[in-house]
Amino acid sequence: MANLIRNRRVEADSWLRLELGAGPNETAGALPPVPADGDVIVPLALWQARRDALAARSGKTGVWLDSKDGPESIAGDLARLPLIAINFPSIADGRGLSTARLLRERHGYTGEIRAIGTVIKDLLLGMHRCGFDAFLLRDDQDPADALLAFDELADAYQASAVETQPLFRRRLAGAR
Amino acid sequence: MSLYIYDEIDQRVVDQRVAQYRDQTQRFLAGKLSEEEFRPLRLRNGLYVQRYAPMLRVAIPYGILSSQQLRMLAHIARKYDRDYGHFSTRQNIQYNWPKLEEVPDILAELATVQMHAIQTSGNCIRNITADHFGGVARDEIVDSFVWCEIIRQWSTFHPEFNWLPRKFKIAVNGASVDRAATHVHDIGLHAVRDDKGEIGFRVVIGGGLGRTPIVGPVVREFLPWQHLLTYLEAALRVYNRYGRRDNMYKARIKILVKETGLEKFRAEVEAEWALLKDGPNTLIAEEVRRVEARFTKPAYATLPENDTALAEKLAVDTAFRNWHQRNVFPHKVPGYAAVTLSLKKSGIPPGDATSAQMDAVADLADRYSFGELRVSHEQNLVLADVRQSDLAAVWEEAKKLGFATPNIGLLTNIICCPGGDFCSLANAKSIPVALAIQERFDNLDYLHDIGELDLNISGCINACGHHHVGHIGILGVDKNSEEWYQIQVGGNQGETKQGEIRPGVAFPGASLGKVIGPSFARAEVPDVIEDLITCYLERRDSEAERFIDVVHRIGVEPFKKAVYGKPDSKSPRRSRQLATA
Ligand code: HEM
Ligand code: SF4
Repeated sequence: MANLIRNRRVEADSWLRLELGAGPNETAGALPPVPADGDVIVPLALWQARRDALAARSGKTGVWLDSKDGPESIAGDLARLPLIAINFPSIADGRGLSTARLLRERHGYTGEIRAIGTVIKDLLLGMHRCGFDAFLLRDDQDPADALLAFDELADAYQASAVETQPLFRRRLAGAR
Repeated sequence: MSLYIYDEIDQRVVDQRVAQYRDQTQRFLAGKLSEEEFRPLRLRNGLYVQRYAPMLRVAIPYGILSSQQLRMLAHIARKYDRDYGHFSTRQNIQYNWPKLEEVPDILAELATVQMHAIQTSGNCIRNITADHFGGVARDEIVDSFVWCEIIRQWSTFHPEFNWLPRKFKIAVNGASVDRAATHVHDIGLHAVRDDKGEIGFRVVIGGGLGRTPIVGPVVREFLPWQHLLTYLEAALRVYNRYGRRDNMYKARIKILVKETGLEKFRAEVEAEWALLKDGPNTLIAEEVRRVEARFTKPAYATLPENDTALAEKLAVDTAFRNWHQRNVFPHKVPGYAAVTLSLKKSGIPPGDATSAQMDAVADLADRYSFGELRVSHEQNLVLADVRQSDLAAVWEEAKKLGFATPNIGLLTNIICCPGGDFCSLANAKSIPVALAIQERFDNLDYLHDIGELDLNISGCINACGHHHVGHIGILGVDKNSEEWYQIQVGGNQGETKQGEIRPGVAFPGASLGKVIGPSFARAEVPDVIEDLITCYLERRDSEAERFIDVVHRIGVEPFKKAVYGKPDSKSPRRSRQLATA
């Protein structure tokens, strides 16, 4: 079972993630059936097809974006979504980092932004600075070791989702 | 102004990076990080795994070093490598034989002298390069190093742009002549002043070499300096989101610009920028002054404009005069000069220096140039602040070290990639070709007569040796598992003598070479170069007309004829001579 880090603690995960075409007897890309209750994270295509039905469920509904899906794909629905997950198909695909920053900084999204997919220790700090606050670690990751990643580099030169001012402004403010 | 001195935060960033990388190395060695996932992590710290051994690339930000740092580089060559290093065209130094498990120790030693290997490889923002006469050139518009440092800090561990579609190289040029090849970088920034004298940058995006060589287009004619970082952030964000990730050969930003179309690409960047402009990343004068103040400043003496003893020696000593003409560059401070120490002596791979040579150059820098030196993208070392009255002494010492070959700007000042001797991607060796050409043209009078000529060699299409922008370019190609060499002429890296570059004035510089015809075996290459040179000498108007000018005037045809048109043509297609000289 994968471990979830949320707000720098290992926490239990109440969310069930649904995938396209993952149900029994279903073809690739088909919309999966949705359980009547419980918290689910649905693929973007499912959300777009059944938005209102999903929002009316008793459990909570979040959406997950693939790395190619920008924040525009979901921008109109942010108020209805307590959670947005962003998939990292490989260590090399950094598109989700821009998506998270835009959700936080441009669209003002304050719900949970969860990294899923290739979520390994070496990516956590960068993801955190881009606005992710939850990390579903890949199965092989040691959660205690992964938690150390957040403190590996204490300083960041840049402004980011968690630091509104770049270091040069903080330095000057400190010097005054 | 030249060397940026870290404050405690800059130092902590580098120190903590060493610890982070040590952890990654240990997890890899313990089997907790897969080969596949360790690879991009070690690349972000400059560690390649090459044909024979790992290769470690250490950053020399915008090419500036203190003598203390150079001694550290020498120490590392001695302790961890085979006693030499290779200065690259990207203003880095590369070690070809470090041990993977010792790299964290090497980095820890580097950190003690404010050096690192951060982002020297991998698909992230690389070491920022600059024009190597920054701070001393008479045609300086701004000191490019201050801006390079500001960009270096912004790009270091940028959380959003650490996993780009492909590597990303930024070059800054601060003078009216482009000595930083800004049109063949992912982003080239060319300092300019507008009508009111305000400083800004002409922004070129999407240039590059490699398999799709492109002279980058100007995306913005004038970007006021305050907006430098927000604009970079906008351009990088557009690239991170929309650059191709399906095919690594189409992943550079140049392909995005080309496939999107310049107008649309520009509109996308400007639209993103409109939302970032005037935000917290907007630069402020206080920050520019703070960075400026952390640079060392040479304590220049007040000297006469021209040293009389120097003039006398120049009048009587031909060898000294030759060296002075080629290897000494005018300085903006009266009585000073910048000296290039040539690492291009025949018999030695271009850019290589032994630890003893590095130590000796460090001593020269201490004695004659305020303890600082520079690495040029032509793979030479530069003492930027030498008194004119010391030039004769520096020359004598440089001769003893083998660094006084008066060939800067000449044919034997070859830019050459490591090629098949070291690089696993190579189609052909490049260093032996460079050596053979240097040997063929070792007559200095002849070399000086030929005049200015850039000859660049790459061992494969990745173009690390910048062959497309050599006046003569040589490219290693593979045919039926044999090494062959394709020759091109007419490239130009953008350095130009044609006056000042201002907003709205068309860029006169960079051009890409044209292939002259079928390839050659290695043994034939020096003959071909000789044919090209003979053709040039026969057709030039005067000594003032350079090889590249003649190619641009009369076109490639006469050069083709000179090489292929002879009755005993050496075309390998006919001779099937083996490429194993
Ligand atoms: C020894 C191992 C090396 C390897 C495996 C290597 C690999 C590569 C590859 C694959 C590219 C093409 C990237 C692309 O177009 O996306 C490239 C480009 C480049 N390399 Fe290297 N390289 C090596 C050494 C060097 C050295 C020693 C230098 C400097 C002398 C250098 C300078 C460059 C430059 C300037 C480019 C950019 C060309 C462009 O703008 O597209 N490389 N290298
Ligand atoms: S040009 Fe090719 S052969 Fe030369 S170093 Fe680059 S990748 Fe290797």
